[in-house]
Amino acid sequence: MSERPDFSAFPDARGHFGQFGGSFVSETLMGALDELTAMYARLKDDPQFRADFDYDLAHYVGRPSPLYLAERWSKQLGGAKIWLKREDLNHTGAHKVNNTIGQALLAKHMGKPRVIAETGAGQHGVATATVAARLGLTCQVYMGAEDVERQKLNVYRMKLLGAEVIPVTSGSRTLKDAMNEAMRDWVTNVDDTFYIIGTVAGPHPYPQLVRDFQCIIGREAREQSLKQAGQLPDALVACVGGGSNAIGLFHPFLNDEGVAMYGVEAAGDGIETGRHAAPLSAGRPGVLHGNRTYLMEDDNGQIIETHSVSAGLDYPGVGPEHSWLKDIGRVNYVAADDQEALSAFRELTQVEGIMPALESAHALAYARKLAPTMSPDQNIVVNLSGRGDKDILTVAAIDGIEF
Amino acid sequence: MRRIESCFQRLADQKRKALIPFVTAGDPVKEVTVPLMHAMVDAGADIIELGVPFSDPMADGPVIQLACERALAHNTSTRDILDMVKTFRETNADTPVVLMGYLNPVEVMGYEAFAKAAAQAGVDGVLLVDLPPEEALDVKPLMDAQGLDMIFLVAPTTSDARIKLIGQAGSGYLYYVSLKGVTGSATLNVDEVASRVETIRNLAQLPIGVGFGIKDAESAQAVSRVADGVVVGSALVNQIAENKDTPNAINDAVGGILSAMRNAMDQ
Ligand SMILES: Cc1ncc(COP(=O)(O)O)c(C=O)c1O
Repeated sequence: MSERPDFSAFPDARGHFGQFGGSFVSETLMGALDELTAMYARLKDDPQFRADFDYDLAHYVGRPSPLYLAERWSKQLGGAKIWLKREDLNHTGAHKVNNTIGQALLAKHMGKPRVIAETGAGQHGVATATVAARLGLTCQVYMGAEDVERQKLNVYRMKLLGAEVIPVTSGSRTLKDAMNEAMRDWVTNVDDTFYIIGTVAGPHPYPQLVRDFQCIIGREAREQSLKQAGQLPDALVACVGGGSNAIGLFHPFLNDEGVAMYGVEAAGDGIETGRHAAPLSAGRPGVLHGNRTYLMEDDNGQIIETHSVSAGLDYPGVGPEHSWLKDIGRVNYVAADDQEALSAFRELTQVEGIMPALESAHALAYARKLAPTMSPDQNIVVNLSGRGDKDILTVAAIDGIEF
Repeated sequence: MRRIESCFQRLADQKRKALIPFVTAGDPVKEVTVPLMHAMVDAGADIIELGVPFSDPMADGPVIQLACERALAHNTSTRDILDMVKTFRETNADTPVVLMGYLNPVEVMGYEAFAKAAAQAGVDGVLLVDLPPEEALDVKPLMDAQGLDMIFLVAPTTSDARIKLIGQAGSGYLYYVSLKGVTGSATLNVDEVASRVETIRNLAQLPIGVGFGIKDAESAQAVSRVADGVVVGSALVNQIAENKDTPNAINDAVGGILSAMRNAMDQ
C-alpha cells in the first residue's frame, strides 16, 4: 500500500468505495434510498439517537461483549495468544443484533410499521424478528428453501417471535434468492416497509450504516485489547459472508498500521473445485443486489451457485468495502473449507467449552493456522461472531446422527 | 435520425401510439426468438424490447423470472442475443430493437466492446433496470458514441427533480413503470397513470412508454389514450410459457394478443 487513504472518508456521498459500492437498483427504490440516506445522515451524529442505540446495546443486547483469552487453545497451538471477541454472548446469539437494533431505530424514526429481512443462517432473521417483537412491528423474513431446511431451529425461533418466514424457491434457493425476493417485496411495499438488510451489502447507504452499527465490535475490542493485553493486537481474524462481522471488527483498526487483518471466506469443498463461496478469493468485480463488488459469476455475467456447510456464508457477493480493502491491500482475504471449519468447531468446543457458529468456525480455522507462525508475545483477536446451537443439527447429520 | 426517434415521429404524424412487446431472448429455446420478432412486427409491434436473461432478476415477478430460467437453461448469452438481432436485421431494417435487462451480463463484456457489438448487430437502445442515471455517467458516452439510446425508467415514486434528471440523461423514450411492484403485478390504475404521464410531460421532452400491468386489449387501449407507447411483457411471456413444449404455436399465441391490442389502440 503506497499511500494510506483516510478510511473514515469512505464511502463518498453516492456510496462508492473506489470503483465499488453505489446504488444499482430499479428506479422505484431510488426515492426510498435517498430518503434513508438523508435520515441516516441526520441521525448518525444525533446525540439522542446515539444514546438510544447505546442504551439498547447495553441493556438489551448485553454489551460490551467480553474479549476472552483462549489460553488452553493458544497453548495447544503453540504460538500467538488467541483472544475471542464474544459476539456469541449477545442476546440472540450473534453479532447480527447490533445492526438490527440500529436499523429498527431508523424504521421507528421513519414511521414504518412493517419490516422485512432476508436471512441465510437465520441469525439475522431471528435478530430482526426479535427487535420487531419488541417494537411491535409486523415482520416478514425471506429465507431460501434450502436454508429453511438446514436451519429448522431458527425458523421455529422466528415463528415463536411472531415473524412470518417465507421460503424462497426461486434460483438456488439460498441467501441470494432470499435477498432478491426481499427486494421485490420492498419495491411493492415501499411506502410502509423498512427493509432491514443483514450485512454490509445492498445499495447505498446500507453498506455504510450496517458497518457503522457493527463497528461497536471493533471499538470495544480495541479498548479491551489495550486494557487486557496492554497493546493493540497484531492480527484480526473474522469470517466473511457479506462481511458485516468482519468490517465491524476491522474498521476501527484500519488506521493502526501494525494490525494485520484476515477476512476468511468459505472455501466449501475447496477453491479448486469451484464449489465454494469465496468471491474475494476467486471471483471478479460485477454488479449484484445494488452494488458493484467481487462476485462469483460465469463468463456470461450470470451469478453462479455457491457451496458452504455454513448457510450464513453461502453468498456469491460480498460487501463493497471489502472489495475495496482487498484491492488497496489493507486486508488479506483467505479461505477455509468445510472440513477445516468443522474441525475448528469441534476443537474449540472440546478445548475451551465454547461451541461456535459454523460461520465463526471459518475464522477459527484460519486462526489455527496463523497462530503457530507467530510468537507467544503476539496477540490475535478472532471475532466469534455467533454461537453454534443453531448448527447442531447440521453437525449431527454429518456425524450420521438423527433425532 | 436514430431509428427510435423516427419511429415515434412517424407514429405521431399518423396519430398512432407505439406498441412495444417484451419477450425474453432464448425463451424457451434460442431458435424461437428471431421468427417471433418477425411475427410480432407482423402483428403490429412498433418497437421490440428483447429481454437479456439474468440469473437474479430482482425487479421481475415469477413470470419473467421463469422465462430467464428457461433461457439460461441453455446458456443464452448477451453475444447470442446480439447474433439474434443481427439475423433479424437481415430482413427488417426499420423496427427498433431495445435490449432490456440487468447490468451484469452487459458489464461482463466491457461497456465499449458491448456498445460496438450491439451497434454493429443493429441494436438501437438499451434499458438496464438496475442502472439509474447517477451510475451511468461513464457508460452513457460509450453508448452514445455508437448511436445507442439509453432508456431509463421513471417510477410512481420518482420525484420531480429526478424526472428532470432522467429526462436529460435518457434518449429514445422514457419508460414509465405504472405501479409500485415487479413485472406481472396485477393492478393498473389508468387515472393515476394519466395524471403521472401529464406530470412527466411537463418535466421531460422524450416520448413516454408505459409498462407493468398491461395485459389485454382493454388495458392497452386505455393506456394508449394517455401515453406515447404501450409496453406489454408478462402477458406475452405467459403465452410462451404455456407453449414451451410446442414452440411452433408460440408465434400465433403471442401474435394473437398483439393484434388484438393493435386493433384496440388504433380504434
Ligand atoms: C454467526 C454468523 N457469523 C457470520 C455470518 C456472516 O455474515 P457477515 O459476513 O455479514 O458477518 C452470519 C450470517 O448469517 C452469522 O450468522
